[in-house]
Amino acid sequence: MAAMLQAIGVASPSVAFSDHYNKSSVSSIRSFPVIRSGLRSISGSGHGSFKPGKVITKATATQTEKSASTTSKPGHELLLFEALREGLEEEMDRDPRVCVFGEDVGHYGGSYKVTKGLAEKYGDLRVLDTPIAENSFTGMGVGAAMTGLRPVIEGMNMGFLLLAFNQISDNCGMLHYTSGGQFTIPTVIRGPGGVGRQLGAEHSQRLESYFQSIPGIQLVACSTVYNAKGLMKAAIRSENPVVLFEHVLLYNLKERIPDEEYVLSLEEAEMVRPGEHITILTYSRMRYHVMQAAKTLVNKGYDPEVIDIRSLKPFDLYTIGNSVKKTHRVLIVEECMRTGGIGASLTAAINENFHDYLDAPIVCLSSQDVPTPYAGTLEEWTVVQPAQIVAAVEQLCQ
Amino acid sequence: MACSATAQIIQPLSINSARSVDNSDACAKILNPSSFLVSTPRINKKLFSVNKSISPFARRSATVFAVSSDVVKEKKLKSNSSLSNLLITKEEGLELYEDMYLGRAFEDMCAQMYYRGKMFGFVHLYNGQEAVSTGFIKLLKKEDCVVSTYRDHVHSLSKGVPAREVMGELFGKTTGCCRGQGGSMHMFSKEHNVLGGFAFIGEGIPVATGAAFTSKYKREVLKEDCDEVTLAFFGDGTCNNGQFFECLNMAALWKLPIVFVVENNLWAIGMSHLRATSDPQIWKKGPAFGMPGVHVDGMDVLKVREVAKEAIGRARRGEGPTLVECETYRFRGHSLADPDELRDPAEKAHYATRDPITALKKYMAENKLAAEAELKVIEKKIDELVEDAVEFADKSPVPARSQLLENVFADPRGFGIGPDGKYRCEDPKFTQGTAHV
Repeated sequence: MAAMLQAIGVASPSVAFSDHYNKSSVSSIRSFPVIRSGLRSISGSGHGSFKPGKVITKATATQTEKSASTTSKPGHELLLFEALREGLEEEMDRDPRVCVFGEDVGHYGGSYKVTKGLAEKYGDLRVLDTPIAENSFTGMGVGAAMTGLRPVIEGMNMGFLLLAFNQISDNCGMLHYTSGGQFTIPTVIRGPGGVGRQLGAEHSQRLESYFQSIPGIQLVACSTVYNAKGLMKAAIRSENPVVLFEHVLLYNLKERIPDEEYVLSLEEAEMVRPGEHITILTYSRMRYHVMQAAKTLVNKGYDPEVIDIRSLKPFDLYTIGNSVKKTHRVLIVEECMRTGGIGASLTAAINENFHDYLDAPIVCLSSQDVPTPYAGTLEEWTVVQPAQIVAAVEQLCQ
Repeated sequence: MACSATAQIIQPLSINSARSVDNSDACAKILNPSSFLVSTPRINKKLFSVNKSISPFARRSATVFAVSSDVVKEKKLKSNSSLSNLLITKEEGLELYEDMYLGRAFEDMCAQMYYRGKMFGFVHLYNGQEAVSTGFIKLLKKEDCVVSTYRDHVHSLSKGVPAREVMGELFGKTTGCCRGQGGSMHMFSKEHNVLGGFAFIGEGIPVATGAAFTSKYKREVLKEDCDEVTLAFFGDGTCNNGQFFECLNMAALWKLPIVFVVENNLWAIGMSHLRATSDPQIWKKGPAFGMPGVHVDGMDVLKVREVAKEAIGRARRGEGPTLVECETYRFRGHSLADPDELRDPAEKAHYATRDPITALKKYMAENKLAAEAELKVIEKKIDELVEDAVEFADKSPVPARSQLLENVFADPRGFGIGPDGKYRCEDPKFTQGTAHV
């Protein structure tokens, strides 16, 4: 996390970015001392996530310019999809049983370039280009895992994994149990999900919660370059089947990460910004909307504590609990669907465990229960925007 | 009953000789699409002309379309092999007999125990199909893998899982092969490489494909000396399922060491295969994906064994997968809860005369391989074994509450961190508690 803190000194988002919602906050960032973690990268991608098309490339370009001046810092800078690849490559070097299955992961290098170059390095069998048969190649991954391999199964889009639901639920999740513990299924199922940029309903599914109830699997969502690599490595090393949710719009985030090897914990949440007034729980792309809103809130005199829960199943009730005990107010901001979403489970878990510590009911901001519309404006209103977050915090903290 | 099978031409069954088509030269035409187009329409028309009560006999006729690969064709057996060149030795014969008898006795005991309230739920018995399990699995090594469906008791027994463990599992006791957690439809054994036991049909085929993939991976990537083969057993109903076709494609594409064994017993619960399938000849679906499709009489253990030898040999040598359709029949209903009213009693009676165990017994007697007395000794031994298994299972303890959450995760840290900051699994009592998010 040291890499994050270094950001403070360099926290100077270029004013070339047009902040959709909060023009005034741009200049105030420089003066703000304690913002941790990805604020720098937020300004890079946060804008990109509001406006279609060119701004993202602008963001990256600007980041590069900035980073040119910071070459003296330790670690190395890379994009999120490169970090995922680095993590994967390190694990494949370390353990020859780690292999990759997926559509277009080999010769094409992965539709989001996460596996670029790996097939040339490790061969066509270790980075396997599968036919378009999700249920079967996921099942094949299960069978391979049962007999000693450690497959990383890529869903080109997490929505495609709905076709593999049979294998994920019945076999990945259940076989360790129904075999009485005889067989382990150390698979990683990963892929991009979430609302992108006008990709249409089926490619923009927020379906983390569909997998929630499956006993026997762990769900994690990465959100920064740093935790993407760390979680990828942890997931591969885990003996449990892990579903790693990436987000389509976060692949081009740029950040400096340590050169040394590191593995993060699959079950822990990440403290993004400590605060006193309210606990905001979030994950994946919404982290950036929250941090965007945090800028505004800070200007208005609020002190939000932002936690990226990372582990969607199981929840890290220790980090979350400590925060609740401190602030007594909880706001959950997620991209998941409202009904039966991760936020719904989290609300229940917090109410069950920390009811006495709450001064106000838990508020959960989720995306609308609607198939993601194609039209840009409708799509924007489908997910939670920083203005809504600010409003919710103001209401909660009355 | 013809036990003198050749690997290349499977003699047509004699039921409806009038309908049998002379296709002795069909084998010469390998994988030639035009020959299929020429020969099938006649058969298909016949089928549809037997409209309402489609007798399953109808299609039991000419199945000399044993389209085999070049490799299978090369194996030449003498046609009069029964006297001078027997298919099995005495030891092999006794082994086969013992295994089939074990399967039968065990399943009959299961039925008894079920009706006495010792086991519950869905129990699917294998009576009548023993030739397929024994014919294939007895050729395997311990490291080879078997994947089955819910009708998996006998596959597990043939593979070597002790009868005690299987019975214990059926009774739901901790001494079962899966600690009582799987049940009848989920038999697993790491030691004997039984990879399940799946309740949904078709589910196990990709798992088998994965196990075969591991074998190839070990050989080609890890450079280990590995020639392990995987057998996937499934029924006729499964052959209309997407996972079947997807896996045929992948297995042939990557030349995986797997044999797809179709136990075609004509019925998927109450759905006749002929009513569910546009082209009921399942073996033909193999060549469509680039692998040999072989059809064999699944009530004859020696025929099955010959075909199995070829198919398993192919896989071991790295030549790729084979699709083997075994025509067989289940003497009991789909499960013990199935009243089995739809099947024609005449059909059942017919197949009862083709009981594989009786057939093998007759073969061994005719060829002077074993005396009646020797077989009786085996039968007695098996009966005692099964009785012992029941007793063992009966006396075994039921699982305690603490077993409830034990095997949900291989790494129990997956249960997460509790409010107190410690991993939930650090509490020794957590497995008997409630699973938390």
